[in-house]
Formats: sequence, C-alpha cells, structure tokens
Amino acid sequence: MAALLSVSDLHVSFQTYAGKVYAVNGMTFDIQPGEIFGLVGESGCGKSVTSLAILRILPGHGRITRGEIAFDGRDLTQLSEREMQPIRGRQIAMIFQDPSTSLNPVFSVGNQITRIIRHHMGYSSQAANQRALELFSKVALPDPKRIFTTYPHELSGGMQQRVMIALALASGARLLIADEPTTALDVTIQDQILELLVELRQREGLSILLITHNLGVVAETCDKVGVAYAGKIVEIGPTSWVLHQRQHPYTEGLLAALPSPRQKGQDLLSIPGSVPDGLSVIPGCPFHLRCPHVMEVCRHSEPGMAAAAGSVDDQHRVSCYLYSSEVVR
Amino acid sequence: MQRWEYVFRRLILAMVVLFSVSLLTFFIARILPSDPAAAWVGPRPTQEQIAKATITLGLDKPLYVQYWRYLSSLLQGDLGVSIKSRQPILTELKTYLPATLELVIASMLIGEIIGIPLGVLSGAKKGGALDNASRILAVACVSLPTFFLGLLFQLIFYARLGILPISGRVSNEIAINNPVTPITGFYTLDTLMTGNWAAFQDVFVHLILPAVTLAAFGLGLSVRMTRASIIEVLNEKYILAARVAGLPYRTILFVLALKNAIMPTLNVIGLSFVYALTGSILVEVIFSWPGLGLYLTNAVLSLDFPVIVSVTLIVAVFYVVVNLVLDLVQVAIDPRVTLS
Amino acid sequence: MEEKRVEDAEFIEAVPVHPLAPQATAPYSEWRLIWRSFRKDILALFGLGIILILILGAIFAPVLTSYPEQGRGDPNILEKFQPPSLRHPLGTDYLGRDVLARMLYGGRSSLTMGFLVVIIAVIIGVPLGALAGYLGGWVDEVIMRTTDVFMAFPSLLLALAIASALGAGFINTMIALAITWWPWYTRLVRSQVLSLRERYFIEAARSIGLPSQKIILSHLLPNVMTPVWVQATLDLGSAILISTALNFVGLGVQPPTADWGNMVSQGRLYFIDRPWFAGSAGLVIFLTVLAFNFIGDALRDAADPFLRRT
Repeated sequence: MAALLSVSDLHVSFQTYAGKVYAVNGMTFDIQPGEIFGLVGESGCGKSVTSLAILRILPGHGRITRGEIAFDGRDLTQLSEREMQPIRGRQIAMIFQDPSTSLNPVFSVGNQITRIIRHHMGYSSQAANQRALELFSKVALPDPKRIFTTYPHELSGGMQQRVMIALALASGARLLIADEPTTALDVTIQDQILELLVELRQREGLSILLITHNLGVVAETCDKVGVAYAGKIVEIGPTSWVLHQRQHPYTEGLLAALPSPRQKGQDLLSIPGSVPDGLSVIPGCPFHLRCPHVMEVCRHSEPGMAAAAGSVDDQHRVSCYLYSSEVVR
Repeated sequence: MQRWEYVFRRLILAMVVLFSVSLLTFFIARILPSDPAAAWVGPRPTQEQIAKATITLGLDKPLYVQYWRYLSSLLQGDLGVSIKSRQPILTELKTYLPATLELVIASMLIGEIIGIPLGVLSGAKKGGALDNASRILAVACVSLPTFFLGLLFQLIFYARLGILPISGRVSNEIAINNPVTPITGFYTLDTLMTGNWAAFQDVFVHLILPAVTLAAFGLGLSVRMTRASIIEVLNEKYILAARVAGLPYRTILFVLALKNAIMPTLNVIGLSFVYALTGSILVEVIFSWPGLGLYLTNAVLSLDFPVIVSVTLIVAVFYVVVNLVLDLVQVAIDPRVTLS
Repeated sequence: MEEKRVEDAEFIEAVPVHPLAPQATAPYSEWRLIWRSFRKDILALFGLGIILILILGAIFAPVLTSYPEQGRGDPNILEKFQPPSLRHPLGTDYLGRDVLARMLYGGRSSLTMGFLVVIIAVIIGVPLGALAGYLGGWVDEVIMRTTDVFMAFPSLLLALAIASALGAGFINTMIALAITWWPWYTRLVRSQVLSLRERYFIEAARSIGLPSQKIILSHLLPNVMTPVWVQATLDLGSAILISTALNFVGLGVQPPTADWGNMVSQGRLYFIDRPWFAGSAGLVIFLTVLAFNFIGDALRDAADPFLRRT
C-alpha cells in the first residue's frame, strides 16, 4: 500500500543571530493511510520543525535545504505558495500544543470554524453552520449549539482542544499533525483527547502524525513510532517492538528515565549531558557524546539505518553500530 | 452580565473624572493666580474693579462656598463673560466650537483613513519598500512642529503655487455674495444643506490646508501604532493556526489580525483626537481659523482669564466624553474586556 | 547515568520561565546588551550626533557666533531682513539680528525647557507610581484618580491654562508643562511594578522559601526604570515640540530673549517673502525632535527582548 506521507532525508536549517542552526538532519519516515505515527524525542530534536516543514510554514529564516516530502504522490518541497494553499487545511491539518493561544480570541468559536468550512468547501452559511454542529458532536463537545456562540476564553482547556480538532477536521483532511496536543492539558483530559484521536482514526480513517516527548502517550495511541534525536530518526518501527526491545541506547535512556511506581524511593535516572543545540554538526553518530555504549567507530562515522535484531521484513530499524555494520560516512 | 457591569462602572468613573475636572479648573481659576480677582478683571485692573470682582467671585467666602457657586453656575451653563468682548462666553463658544470641530473631524478623517490602512500594509510586509517609505513619512509627520508645517504649506500652496487660500473659512467674495447660512455651524454641511454650491466649493477649499496640516501628526501616530500592533498580532499562534488551516492571506490580515490589532488602534484614535484638539490651537492661529484655538490664544495674549478657564473646561469635558465613547466601543468589539 | 534524589515517584514540575523574565543578574548587563543593539541602528547614531551638536551649540553659544549680543536680543536695525550671506550665514531677522546667533541662543531656552520638563515629570511621577503599585489599597486609588483627572486634559491645553494663571516666563511655563506630564510616568511605573512584583515574589519565594523585601526591591527597581528611560527619551522630543508651541503662542520666554518657538512666531508675518528666520527655527525644531524620535525608537527596539534575538 502506498504511503500517504513519505518524508525522505529532510534537512532544515535556520539562519539566526547566533549562527546557522541545523534543526533537521536527514529525517526519514512514512505514514500509511489510517495510521497513527508517533514522533518522539526531547525538546530540540527537530520534531516540531519537521511538521512546519511539511506544511511549508517555516518562519522566514528557515529553509528546507535537502530532501523530499511526498504527499499523495506530490513532492511538497517543490510546490509554490499558491499550490500549497489548497493542501493546508483541506488535505493536511495541524493542531498545536496550547489551544488557548491557537484560537482567535475575538471571534466566536462557531465563526472561526464556519469560516474555514466556507473557504474550503464553498458551503452557504446555513450548510456551514450545520456541518459545524456535526463536527462539534464528532469531537464529543457537549451542547454544540451553545458552544457555537462562545468565545475561546470561555471554554476549558480540554474543550478548546476539542474545538481545535474540529477546526482541523472541518474540511476533511486526511492527515492530522498533532504537535504535543496534550502537553498543556490536565492528565485526565489528556486521556480523553487521546481517546478521541484514536476514535477518529477508527471512524474516519484519519492518519495522524503525533509529535510528543511523552512515551506514555505513544504507548497508548501510536501504531508506529519514530525516535528522533538531533534532527534525525534513530529508531523506528511498530510501537510495541520499539518500546519492548528498545535497541537504540537513546530509546533505552528515554524509557529508563520514566519514573514508575516500582522505582519508588530510588533515584531518578536521566541521560547525562544535554540535547545538542544544532549550531554545529556533530561528527559521527550524533548521540555518541552521551552514549553509555560508545565505541571508537561511533565517533567518526554515522551509522545507517539497518534492520533491528529480530525484526521481520525490515519493519523495525535502528541507526546504531551495536546492530549494524553499515557505514554511511 | 459582566460587560454591563463594566459599562456602568466606566460611566461612574467618567462622572468622577468630570467632577474632578471642574475641581481642577476651579483650582486654576481661583487658587493658582496670585490675585484671582485681578486676573478675573483683566489687564490693568482698577481698585474698584478688583473690589467688585472680589464680591462677585465670593473670594471672601470660604473655599467650599466658592466652589459650590462655581459649580452651580457651570451647571446652569453660565461660563462667565469675556473680558475682551464683554459677551457671555457661552454664546461665543456657540460660534467657535463648530468651527474647531469641523476642522478636527476633517483632519481625523484624513489621518485615520490614510494612516490605518497604511500602517496595516506596512506591518504586513515588514521591511519592504512600502514599509520603509511609510516609516520615514510617519516619523517625519510626528517630528514636524505643526505651526511650522502650516507656514510651509502656506508658502507652497498659497504663495508659490497660488492654488489654495491662506486663511479663514470663507473668502470675502462669498461672504458678501453667497453667504453661508449657519445651521449646524459646520460650513461644509450647511452649504450642502442649503444647496449653496458656490459657497460649498469655497468653504471646502479653505478647509484643505488647515485640515491637512492638523492631520499630519495624527497620521504619523496612526501609522506607527497600527504597524506595531499588526506586527505583534501577526506573531500570535492563532494567526499561524489560521495559515495552517489554509485561509487566504487577505482574510488573515484584514479580518482575523486586524480585529485584534484594532484595540490599540482605537487608543490611537483617542490620542489623535487629543492631539487634534490641541494642535488646532496652533493651526487656527496660523490660518486665522475662527475656532476655539484662536479664541483661546487671543485670550492668552489679552489675559482674558475667564475665557481661558472656560475653554479649558469645555475641551476637557469633551475629551472625557470622547474617551468614554471609545472605551465603550472597545467593550463592544473585544469580548474579553473587564475593568482592571 | 547521573543520579538525582527524589522522595516520591512524582516528577518535580519545573516552573516554566517566561521568555520576558528579566535575568537575576546585575542590571548593567541588560544595558550593555541594549547598547550593542542600539549602536547598530544608523538613524539612532545620527540622531545622537545631532543632539550632541545642538547641545554643544547651545552651551557654547557666546563663543560660536560673532554676534552674541544680537543673539541675546540687541537689535541691529540697519541690517534687517538680510537674506543668508557670508556675513550672516542664516540671514538676519526683522530687527537685523543674526539668525544663527538667535538660533544658538534659542537652543538654550528650548532645549533646557524640554529637558527640565521631562526630568521634573520623572521626579514627580516615578515615586508616585512606585508607591501606588507597591502599596496598593487606598493610596493606589487616590493616586490613580489624580492621574485620571490630569490626563483628562490635553497637555498643551492644560499647560496653557496653568501657565496663564501663573504668568508668562520660562519657569512658570516649564512648571505648567511638567505638571501636565507627570501622570504618564506614574501610570507607567505603576503597571511595571504590578507586573514585575508578581514575578519576583515567585522567584524569591522559590529560591529562599520566604519572600524577601530586599531581594524584591533590589531587582525590581532597575527593571522598572528601563521602560521609564525609554519613555523619557521619546518624551524629550514631544516636550520640545510642546514647549516651543507654548513659546509660539506667547508664553514661555518673552522677547527679546530667543526661543525657537517665539522665533517662528516673530517670523511668521514675513515668512512668505523672507522665510529664513522662521524657517531656520522651524527646521531646527524638526531636526531636534526627529533626532530624539530616532534615538527613542532604537532604544525601544533594543530594550525589547524579543526583537533583540532575531
């Protein structure tokens, strides 16, 4: 089956007052129709930038320097602004971390959603209102008619995020990019939103690119997961395999750093060192400076992606010399 | 009902301010001058006049009695009598006020209609050619002394080019042949209402230079503040969300962003109005425009104290009312407003 | 792997640091950053240069011109209405006085009045604002209502009224204008104190466990003053604009003393045929205000942490 979205060797850099920042360095993954893909990593690993690059809304000082983003057979990196317009919102939609700042404070929620509906689908205002109410029910908002006239600041965080999701789905997008959709919400609400996302995938066949730093979220919702570090994927594969076998030392570190009730009373573990700032390209494997299993070869050359141990038909891949003998550079 | 509460409190606040304004003008009129009776009488007062004034003003009575008399005469519409012209000030104001208002409104229309869109477009394409040009224009407008600009315009358009008149609201010719029938006091409206086409043209042409001179500062202010406001709004997450949703840039700028940016813009309009009121003083002097400003400056020169105080009071009242209206408009537009 | 102690299985939630939160370091480093950003702006440097030239011109007026007495006011009727020439680079006015000399002496009046007005406004307004913000309660209410009343009058107008009541002259007009100006600083400082107080309260509470008055004050004050300085610089331009306007109308210094404002009013009648004396005065006011606006704008941009980063 052809992938819905296929990102290959994506490189993105920014020109800042401190110098050039290499935010994404060879990101590669794909998402099948109806699949929930989790992109995991600490802050600063390039996950959010990737999502901005997909929709081609990088800020002025950012550039896609290499790579391809294939959506539905078209390379998005080659499209002009005019050609991207009909894709945004209609084919690919995005929701952000903090719903309270993503909604326009001076317009009612209903006004905002019908505007999008009318723009993409040309409905009359009556038809648009109707569809808006349907969408509000779809995202399990109580009393859609009342919500329609409220302003964003009158709603709770969870409801705001549901509204965002409704807005994102307003024009029938096939891929939803969710950038840390639950991070700013209460824990109980987090679950509800995640459940909603899974349900939408079930009912509508929606594909989701779920960006998060929280492995718990990934475990709950994602079919496949890609672990990102320093702007590239270091381990990728079906969620259960990656989480249980955790072959890459970074994945291991992330999982070990999660506190669990069993560890009560013991010391919290963390990965020594800090996430690279992107101002310089690290030679060899980008993780080698913090890796507990670092070898000589890791310092000079970057490992390529190779099948993980025990992986059937190449679905679970790792970029680490512990598992592969392939040399890229 | 929180918004009604806000409106109510705002009205109360305005009342308090108006009351205090009268207190302050009372202070200026009676307490500040070294000899209030002499000030009230005018230049070169005689002992007799001063004695009479002392009784009329009640300067021998305790302060609160004086203030009470002051306030009650104000509320009855008695603003005193002009020393220079010996006319009740209120009647004189009736002719001067509309002239100033006409000038101020004309200048604000020019300033905002050009300034706000220019500011929006300027901020939208920050760093572009239009932006740089309008920023230069704006800072120049804000730095030019109004009285000097007026003189320059007179030099260029009257002396050198000869296309616009140098002073006054109407030319002598029209005043004699097709005089304006004052209905509202706004000559542009009056001439239109009476179908006096020749006079309308004349009046309009006389309005141009003073209005443009007065508009300059407000224009610069509008462009600068609208631009800053739009830039700030365009950096907000919800604008990014709108782009991500595929909405066209024109909609994002002129509907979604502008409504958010308009709040500080309303404040700018308020500021422009203040400036226009004060700047009109200078413009009226330069162009001999028979309005409040000219009235006031002549009063300053001839030490016509009752006039000075009255005009100050009237303008302050006006200003408070306009600000109140602007605040209430803000409540109508922004759903989040509460009294801080 | 490094080890961190923890009592329970709960994460310690880090308090998110607001990007605008001032650093807990010495306030001078903030100024160094501001200066670095400021000096990249050519217009601002140009403005600074102009102001320095004008100030020096005003201070050294008697030395810079060959006609100091004319600058002070002595007439020279024989040479009246001379257009600009080698002897009189800016021409002479209606009383034959050298315009350049008048301008240098005029600068003394105009610039001084502008500076003093702002300084006095800051001296009155800042402490009141700090009091209002810090103490709150009825002190705050009283101070705020007072500012409301003063701000209900347009500046020029109120200054006119007060100055007329006090009588013309440099000091009276300056006091009148300063009285109309202080409320803006009170408001500014009060809102700064209110917003920063929260932040420092939290930080102090976090670091020590108890809020310390001393910490709050020592960190609060410098950060409160930064926007005040920025505003004051911007205000210098407006102050000069309004004070020259007051002089133009007839208040302020009286002839024969020179002031850029009264030079324009004296030259007004002759402007059409002999524009050089009113014109020079008008242009120098324009240049001065322009320079202050350039400086103030650059200062404002430099002090804004967001703009500094890109």
